[in-house]
Amino acid sequence: MNLSIAVLMSFFGACAIASPAVLVLFFAMRSVLNVPTTERIISWATQTVVTIGLLSSVSVLALMLYTGSRHVEVEMGNIVLVPNDEFHFHLKFVFDRLSVPFCILSFVLVGTVGTFANRYLHREPGYGRFFLFYSMFLLGMVCASLAGTIETLFLGWELVGLSSTLLIAYFHDRQAPVVNGQRVWSIYRIADAGFLLAAVALHHATGEGDFVGLMGSGPWPDGHASLSSSQALGIGSLLLFAAAGKSGLIPFSSWLPRAMEGPTPSSAVFYGALSIHLGAFLLLRVSPILQLSLPLTVMVVVLGLTTAIFAAFASRVQTDIKSSLAFASVTQVGIIVTEIGLGFYYLALIHIIGHACLRTLQLLRAPTLLRDYTVLENAIGGRLSTQAPVVVKGIPEALSKFAYRLAIERGGFDAAIERLITHPVASLFRLFDRYERKWTDLLSRKASRDSDAVPVIDAKEDWA
Amino acid sequence: MNTLHFPFLELAVFLPLCGAIATRLFTRTDSAKKVAVLAAAFTLAATVAAWLDFYSLNVPVAQDSWDLIDRLTTFDFLVIDELSAPLLPLTALIYLVTLLTTQRTKAQRFSFTWTLVSLSIALATFASRSPWCVIVLLTVATLLPYFELRRREKPTGVFVTHMLAFVFLMLVGQSIIDFEGDVEVHSMIAIIPLIGAVLIRSGAAPTHCWMTDLFEHATLGTSLLFLTPMAGAYATIRLVLPIAPDWALRSIAVISLATAIYAVGMALIQKDTRRFFCYLMLSQSSLVLVGLEMSTPLGLTGALCVWLSIGLAMTGFGLIIRSLEARTGRLNLTDYHGLFDHVPSFAGFFLLMGLASVGFPGTIGFVSLELLIEGASQRGTITGSVVVLASALCGIAIMHAYFHIFTGRQHRTSISLKSSNTERVAYLTLIGLIVGGGLLPQPGVATRYHAAVELLSQRRRELVEPIGEHVSKADPENERDEANKRVERDEADEDPELELTMPANANNRRSLDPKSD
Repeated sequence: MNLSIAVLMSFFGACAIASPAVLVLFFAMRSVLNVPTTERIISWATQTVVTIGLLSSVSVLALMLYTGSRHVEVEMGNIVLVPNDEFHFHLKFVFDRLSVPFCILSFVLVGTVGTFANRYLHREPGYGRFFLFYSMFLLGMVCASLAGTIETLFLGWELVGLSSTLLIAYFHDRQAPVVNGQRVWSIYRIADAGFLLAAVALHHATGEGDFVGLMGSGPWPDGHASLSSSQALGIGSLLLFAAAGKSGLIPFSSWLPRAMEGPTPSSAVFYGALSIHLGAFLLLRVSPILQLSLPLTVMVVVLGLTTAIFAAFASRVQTDIKSSLAFASVTQVGIIVTEIGLGFYYLALIHIIGHACLRTLQLLRAPTLLRDYTVLENAIGGRLSTQAPVVVKGIPEALSKFAYRLAIERGGFDAAIERLITHPVASLFRLFDRYERKWTDLLSRKASRDSDAVPVIDAKEDWA
Repeated sequence: MNTLHFPFLELAVFLPLCGAIATRLFTRTDSAKKVAVLAAAFTLAATVAAWLDFYSLNVPVAQDSWDLIDRLTTFDFLVIDELSAPLLPLTALIYLVTLLTTQRTKAQRFSFTWTLVSLSIALATFASRSPWCVIVLLTVATLLPYFELRRREKPTGVFVTHMLAFVFLMLVGQSIIDFEGDVEVHSMIAIIPLIGAVLIRSGAAPTHCWMTDLFEHATLGTSLLFLTPMAGAYATIRLVLPIAPDWALRSIAVISLATAIYAVGMALIQKDTRRFFCYLMLSQSSLVLVGLEMSTPLGLTGALCVWLSIGLAMTGFGLIIRSLEARTGRLNLTDYHGLFDHVPSFAGFFLLMGLASVGFPGTIGFVSLELLIEGASQRGTITGSVVVLASALCGIAIMHAYFHIFTGRQHRTSISLKSSNTERVAYLTLIGLIVGGGLLPQPGVATRYHAAVELLSQRRRELVEPIGEHVSKADPENERDEANKRVERDEADEDPELELTMPANANNRRSLDPKSD
């Protein structure tokens, strides 16, 4: 490859990564130093940075197509290196057939939503806060998309999780968004634990976290992982667990409707379009590992199918448009995961892009649903049909009721997690707390806790 | 022994004492605070200077020049080595930011004089390598919170019971060690009391109740200063690590792992912010002990890095709770307080410091925790998994507290709750170190790696070296070289698999420093 073209590619690649980082820095400094900034400046900074990032990514794609290159690396080097023990923390970004479309998709959708939010949140007290989280989300998505090492992917993964949680709790004067934000964060953290364990296990199995090393030298999706079948099953299961948490697959599917508590722009791009596809993206990135184990592939297919069927039912009984769209998204993600399990990687990638664009449009139109219905009915000159499909009519009533209850209760996954995990664990620790109180009371020879005297305004236990 | 170019260590120990005397001269708390802050700032400068001077010497251990105390005693009292070099400035910084962020509402109950005395004792502890010095200083340090509890007429039973047990076990264990002298492996009767002592001081379950009790009854500032420098971990390194066989370290690790999970579980159900913080701190600090057990360079490096990251992050986290308490009184976690709109900067700092403590990417804790998990996974999958699980649950607990304190409703108040300039300076300093250490972690990791290697080689020398040979050597430097050569020789003969662990038939114990013999 011509040297100047290689330099150009690296330059544009670095611009694509640096631009969202600069935006985060700008908003963070603004918040920390308490500098008053007008909406116009915030909007201008956002649009400029997203445009630069998008143009840079497109430029890399154009140069890749021009040179026929399928794999371009942007090296940032080791930020930590412990030579004797071969521990290194390698920061590397990769532009290939998987990362470039996902990165461009992120810039396009985030840019669209940024423009939308600029008007939608005009004069909102949390306008600046929204764009701080927005920039963190963008940086997380770009890092995750272009990650060349599993550590870099984890970095992006965590940023997406944190910004999503804070955006769900955006209307933080009310308790419901906050409680939902906490629930989503809890699921994310547990899923992240699976991811981190998988990363460590990968390091141990292969001695490195570099995707090129892990997946073989071939560009995506032709790589071949250097793992045994059992190693692939163990590591792949952990990654599937992490992906399930991020993409709202069973049994974590309840977080997506909860995420709709956030403002419409964030719901649209983050949970309806991009964030929810991150789990599928992870599975695509580690697809060479999936190929090594048949049981793992079966697990992926079964999980995808089950999620798709369940979410299809659930979306049909939701009473608000955003929840309905949320489950419709989960349905599609379930199908995408199934496609990945069956080995149709390009189909899954195209499906992600198409679905993300459609869902963004639908969610951005959601606040004007009634008006859209009116326009539609005026156009056809009558009411829209509310009759059940023919196939539903043939189902026995008992089964129909059961399916309806299951769907309206969102599969009962939240309740099951609460009943089987949260409640017993909390009860156990409360028991320990009581024993501790007895012990300290005994040693103090009187009531030992001053904190009992702290006034409580509205006692309500809600930890997730 | 090599000497620093200037008596920075003595300066660091005596400056706070001078400051403590000076604060007694002022009756107004504002003036006393200014004097205390100045004394702590100069102390910090002295410790940083000692650190830089030490690294410029490029030696494993150094002592003060014109060492006055050394001439009066028979042992090296104030020394600086790879382990203590960054711990001294860290401790001084923790005290400085605590003093800086003390608000007028807290100043009446928080003694600046005793805080400076406590700083002096803490720095002297971290600058001591001799077991008996460490024991005496740790014992004296327990008196200050006790006096505060007495002064505030709070129950002292829990604290006194645990601290008496701690001191008693330390004295018994070290006395038996000294009595046994140079033996192949010290007896369980000697090692178990020492393990018990360090576990109590580190708050390992079920001996942790003194911690929650201290947070309940002492001022938050005093409680923070007693816990965040992690003197228990230091005691483990100085008293237990050099002489303990593998089974002893492994038992500490198992107990610490259990404590990490137990404490985070308790943090999740707490209804009081102070108790929540205490359990969170306990869970995090237990992870340091887990890393110390591994006796591999990577695991130990991870533990030492986590020590620094937790020291910074949890101090900031605790101080923000203290700042909020100074404005609103004690906060419970059953209510939503909705303070975000009044103190948005505190909300940001709270979240950032909390997440830094659980290893969020881009903060100092990220690489530290990665190293610890990597090291723990080398020991066993379960150890690594438990560390990851504890960290994940800590993250959930932190967000839970954040939402309850800063969101959930509109907080109405007729007075301004805005942060003061001194608070902003203090928190921005901590944030700078946390983010700076996260973006450029290599220097910190490199120094901790050297410290870990040094500690492990010291451990091996203590356990492998035959007695007698070193007695005739007059020059400690020659002695160290000889010892290192012998260790290398021994290593070459050992099974590579066992290279980094203690050999089962460990020979006689010795110290490289003739004075400490």
